[in-house]
Amino acid sequence: MQIKPILSALRQHKAGTVLIAMQIALTLAIVCNALFIIQQRLAHLSEPSGIDETHLFVVENQWVGKPSPDQLDAQIRADLSALRQLSSVQDASVSNSYPLHGGGWDDGLKLKPDQANATTEAAIYFADEHMLATLGLKLIAGRNFRADEIGHMGIRDALAPPVIVITKALAEKLFPSVDGHANAALGKTVYLMSNRTTIIGIVDQLQSQSVARWAADFAHRSVLVPLRLVSPQGTYYLIQAKPGQLDAAMHAAEPTLLAQSRKRVISDKDGLLSFAEVRAHAYDSDYGMAVLMGIVCVVLLAITAAGIVGLTSFWVGQRRRQIGVRRALGATRRDILSYFMTENLLISSGGALLGVLLAVTMNLWLVIRFEMQHLSLLYVFIGVAILLLLGQCAVLAPAMRAAQVSPVEATRTV
Amino acid sequence: MFVHYAQLGLLSLRRNPLLTALMIMSIAFGVAASMVTYAVFRAVSGDPIPQKSAHLFAPQVDNWGPQYNRKGEPASAMTYTDAMALMHAHKAKRQTVLFQVLMSVMPTQGSGLPFKSAGYATYGDFFSMFDVPFQYGQGWNAQDDDNRAAVAVISRDLNQKLFGGANSVGREIELEEQTYRIVGVTEHWDPKPRFFDMFNGNAYTDASEVYIPFTHAIDLKMDTGGNNSCSGVGNRGVGWDGWIRGECVWISPWVELDSKADADEYLQFLHAYAQEQQRAGRFSWAPNVRLRDVNAWLEFQHAVPPESRLSLTVALGFFVICLVNTIGLLLAKFMRRAPEIGIRRALGASRADIYRQFLAEAGMVGLAGGVLGLFLTGLGMAGAGMVFEPQIARLAHLDMSLVALTLLVAIGATVLAAFYPTWRAAQVQPAWQLKSN
Repeated sequence: MQIKPILSALRQHKAGTVLIAMQIALTLAIVCNALFIIQQRLAHLSEPSGIDETHLFVVENQWVGKPSPDQLDAQIRADLSALRQLSSVQDASVSNSYPLHGGGWDDGLKLKPDQANATTEAAIYFADEHMLATLGLKLIAGRNFRADEIGHMGIRDALAPPVIVITKALAEKLFPSVDGHANAALGKTVYLMSNRTTIIGIVDQLQSQSVARWAADFAHRSVLVPLRLVSPQGTYYLIQAKPGQLDAAMHAAEPTLLAQSRKRVISDKDGLLSFAEVRAHAYDSDYGMAVLMGIVCVVLLAITAAGIVGLTSFWVGQRRRQIGVRRALGATRRDILSYFMTENLLISSGGALLGVLLAVTMNLWLVIRFEMQHLSLLYVFIGVAILLLLGQCAVLAPAMRAAQVSPVEATRTV
Repeated sequence: MFVHYAQLGLLSLRRNPLLTALMIMSIAFGVAASMVTYAVFRAVSGDPIPQKSAHLFAPQVDNWGPQYNRKGEPASAMTYTDAMALMHAHKAKRQTVLFQVLMSVMPTQGSGLPFKSAGYATYGDFFSMFDVPFQYGQGWNAQDDDNRAAVAVISRDLNQKLFGGANSVGREIELEEQTYRIVGVTEHWDPKPRFFDMFNGNAYTDASEVYIPFTHAIDLKMDTGGNNSCSGVGNRGVGWDGWIRGECVWISPWVELDSKADADEYLQFLHAYAQEQQRAGRFSWAPNVRLRDVNAWLEFQHAVPPESRLSLTVALGFFVICLVNTIGLLLAKFMRRAPEIGIRRALGASRADIYRQFLAEAGMVGLAGGVLGLFLTGLGMAGAGMVFEPQIARLAHLDMSLVALTLLVAIGATVLAAFYPTWRAAQVQPAWQLKSN
């Protein structure tokens, strides 16, 4: 295909050419970044929590009045044993928070008591000996808590458990080992702020309580402490239903707890949540962003395609006589078709070139403004490929119409 | 004459239905995307208390020091020690400190189960400082604060739930098994974002329902229902009594100051207070204090979610592309009519006439795009909950100003986009067109 005549023809249509190229460039810039945002958000929301979520649900149990810590602890134990006796319940445990909840307790871990700054921040989950089974956590080294190790503490007491179970991610941060074995941390002494404790077990994975940016540094670094937190504010019962009995267990939980004592509040609105609901809520802004960017991409590509169809149709209409002349001089339909396809490819490539620059610039701005990550070149390539292909598809219909122009047109005046 | 051009425009639009439809849809999508995201942005970036935002200030005192504070900024809340010092100093026209409480409420009639209501433990100045409107009664006074009285202000909603909306002032309410005397019932009052409690992440949560005196809550050793932040500092205190004397922050302080001079003076007072703490050995660093007014505070606390800003930016980029698209399509449409322009020009139409005719036509496209865009905006608002967090999405609404803005932006942008195509159209040489035909 001869490029030169196409280029000189384009010079006759500077405005249209520039407009299409500009539109492609801008579309490319936005589509690349939108695809990248979608990928980032999807990657974020598909991070594994490390827990067995399918049959898990949470009861937010708030207390009425101000019972003493001992009273509360007794009540929690009675509640748990009643919950565990339900036929639809596999196991139940109690904590101050749970993965994806949003809020909770995070604290610093130190290797030495006199260390000024913590080695790492970690999510603190209060737990009893049933926690591992309830959440379906995989113990990869060491052991679980024994029933006789579980104590209780008030919310403003010092957090000083003698032993802890930590996640592999935390173990690797605290005690990096050359062969990537997390076992190096087992049996080691660390400090929860200034309180000495020993690592007795390591679980494979347990996500922290928040998936927000502020908690990103310790996303999978969690600590289980063998304590029941007795807070007058309330507590969370985590309940693993037997397979296929989630609904039954969720229905039974509230009456069971109220039968134990009526001095509690389980909110109608969000007192009882299946883990699927917890997950949906935790990631709703990520999910929303991905949906929005998806819609933007689709509509944007459609509009750009429509713009190409519109302008090319106009050009075809304008050049019917010239096309007729070319056909009369021996050009085949194929020649005419490929003329318009090549013309579009040239314009699109020019636009894409500019678009790559724009995409990278826009990403740099997003990085500064929104703390986003740097655009991977893969998305630029995908974007370029999509737009070139889109241009070719959009130009196909008008180009085919051009190819249908009969050589007789050359002899007509209008 | 304009009517004539508008009619011509309409006629011309009907001549090229495909091209016209493409343009209208392009404008409509562009303007709708921008308007939906703008409505959300407007909802989260607005001034929650415009009449007073310049006079309300959030004081901050750095009690953690350079080692544990966040990038040099003092904590976003205060310790009990510092909050009490500010209250006792009484250096502002009005002042309050507050923390979130989550209390069980016992229904007055029947054997209903208790439910939880969220609210604040604060001082009586709270209500006058924040212009809280009252349905019945009023806030408690300074004497109630001093007497550590068991009084309460409840919201209109809670009053409806408990007393069927009747005037409940003087009646009793049972909160966490303690009896309080109701002194006031607020009107529905829910500033968004809730600027005075950004520390607990409550910017967009449900309206608060109950308020009790801070002093009384402290007497009851009530714990905060919100956040408690200790950073890495060691001195956290053990037990409730230790905790309120420790360096964990959980209280939000606010002061009302009338003039710039008062604000400067207050900042000096904060500085002097921090200096005093340094001298006393509690702080081992130079005074690091802040005094931000409502809008500066919201900016500092990132009240606008990054998602909202990002989506508005993307939507505006989207709109620009739609406009570039419209320029191209209008160009095609106008230039296709070069012969007609030639004839009109030859028959005596001036360039200005051509300008008027084609801009009027573009205006019609813009209007049609705006109307369709309005419909899409409405649709987008309904679906905003899918994209933004529900509690933020529900803040966005399609009001008259947004309707007007949508139409105005659609028409304005289309006419703007039409300038270049129209200029090209006006350049058409009548002789050339007549000859070639």
